Amino acid sequence: MSTTQEESRAVLADDPGELEVVRVHVPKRSVASELRAIKIVWRRELTRFASDRLRIVTQLVQPFLFLFVLGGGLQTLASGGTHGVNLKTFIYPGILCMSVMFTAMFSAASIVWDREFGFLREMMVAPVRRSSIVLGKCLGGATVATCQGIIVLAIAGLVGVPYAPTLLLGVFGLELLLAFTITAFGIMVAIRIKQMQSFMGVMQMIIMPMYFISGAMFPASGLPGWLTVLNRLDPLAYAVDPMRRLVFSHLHISAAAHHALDSGITWWGWRVPALLEAGVVLGLGIIMLAVAIWEFSAVE
Amino acid sequence: MSTTTPTAIQVNDLVKTFDEVEAVRGVNFAVATGEVFGFLGPNGAGKSTTINMLCTLLKPTSGSARVAGYDVVRQRDDVRRNIGLVFQDPTLDNYLTGTQNLKLHAELYGVESKLVEPRMRQVLKMVGLWERRDGVVGTFSGGMRRRLEIARGLMHSPRVLFLDEPTVGLDPQTRRSIWNYIRELKQREEITIFMTTHYMDEAEWCDRIAIMDHGDIVALDSPETLKAGVGTDRVTIHTDDDQATIAALRERFGIEAKVSEGAVTFGVPGGEEFVPRLFAELGVPIRAVSVSRPTLDDVFMSFTGTSIRDAEEDRGKARNRIMMQMMSGGRR
Repeated sequence: MSTTQEESRAVLADDPGELEVVRVHVPKRSVASELRAIKIVWRRELTRFASDRLRIVTQLVQPFLFLFVLGGGLQTLASGGTHGVNLKTFIYPGILCMSVMFTAMFSAASIVWDREFGFLREMMVAPVRRSSIVLGKCLGGATVATCQGIIVLAIAGLVGVPYAPTLLLGVFGLELLLAFTITAFGIMVAIRIKQMQSFMGVMQMIIMPMYFISGAMFPASGLPGWLTVLNRLDPLAYAVDPMRRLVFSHLHISAAAHHALDSGITWWGWRVPALLEAGVVLGLGIIMLAVAIWEFSAVE
Repeated sequence: MSTTTPTAIQVNDLVKTFDEVEAVRGVNFAVATGEVFGFLGPNGAGKSTTINMLCTLLKPTSGSARVAGYDVVRQRDDVRRNIGLVFQDPTLDNYLTGTQNLKLHAELYGVESKLVEPRMRQVLKMVGLWERRDGVVGTFSGGMRRRLEIARGLMHSPRVLFLDEPTVGLDPQTRRSIWNYIRELKQREEITIFMTTHYMDEAEWCDRIAIMDHGDIVALDSPETLKAGVGTDRVTIHTDDDQATIAALRERFGIEAKVSEGAVTFGVPGGEEFVPRLFAELGVPIRAVSVSRPTLDDVFMSFTGTSIRDAEEDRGKARNRIMMQMMSGGRR
């Protein structure tokens, strides 16, 4: 009842008689208009992220749970093999990756939401390229995920990792890279899925194994043969490894500890350089973004 | 670039087939610039399919259509720049505010930055949402959201505005106010409005209407002309024995009547003069009589042989049957 009354008041509130007519014009498509479209899609992701504080908090629960509960709980068990390094410190680089990963996935899920609530249609009918929409979404998701990663980066001191400028900058760069690739991956999957429940299910099925196999929770060397193969095939391993190298290069620990915990990814005995690892992640991200754009353009 | 075309929409032999079903079977019509053109018919008649082809959201199986002077298949982008869309289902971002939704739209369409604010002010005032512009859309009522969608569809000054069932599911008062905006809009902006509806009373507001049934246009003219063409008035009589009344009407007057909404109803020329004869000769006690001028529903009935409501019920039943079959594993 009250809405009806409110509506009638709203109808009467503005006297349209004094309204001047502002005519606008929609220009032909250009690079500038595409950039504007990318920017507004990107901005929308940020606006929604910033207004959803609950999401920011809830997405910190899982990384912190792993870091402090699992890391703290297994500390005594693991102390024999860590050469005096706290287990929390060891898994910290993996936790950095984890926070970025889950947020990026969740951001990509917004395509499924947008479809369910109809908003996707508004973007689909606009006179802009589909690639601009996908790119805007991807950059938006990557930015949001990096912001979340920065929160986890901020607690480095709690697990004995120093706040060195080169470390912070390096971690930031890697987080950005990982966030971009995972968002592209998520969008690629999300475009094909019509329902949120299915998307979450698919993500759980892909993300958790990928995370465990990546070596985020254990060193990548000295694994059983089958696990070594899976680990080298896991794209996430190429983000976790440089992250760990970066963090460990700023720790004052024994050579034995370095060797045991940070022996890194090898290809047939050859230690893969960190830059190449980052390149693998970037390359995969670009490929998946291209697939996502192609898929999205094919939707009628 | 901004030369006004004499025809806003030109459609030639437009066909759309989904798998085996012919949803639209070769329709032809033209809409003049500045017209309010209504597409009328029961659900499932092919209205939304037609509108989706005109909006470049569906590719026609065959035939062609030009909107605002551009071909809907080959010049898709040009069509999109010049049309505004209000869909049957909501397409707002419920987590953003009214202004944020409109701004997003203006950015996507590349509206000149310094004109975004004044244009936004105008369209929001027009639909009476200026005061509520900073409210989050999720807190808006159904009517407010629909008005915001209309405002958004107008943000980029489209030359043709498509409204797909703009008033469906709204209370009568909100429906009326939305129609006020549409008429006012026509006076203010040089705009052509193409809309679909299955509310017969609303179609009266259109300059011209096309009646669609089973994928075909069965009639196209102004509401007045269409109604005058029916040539009969509608007589509704309440009796205690509907079947006896129908039989008596057939025997004594040669009139085919039917039961609709609990009363016997039929069309007859000069309905008011007919009533005294009815009382004198029917032979069945009459409790009440009403005579009404033809409505668009009568127009629909005269062209299709069924009322729009019955047509929808039949189709609804057919749909339910199919659903039941599918659920019981009868199909796939």
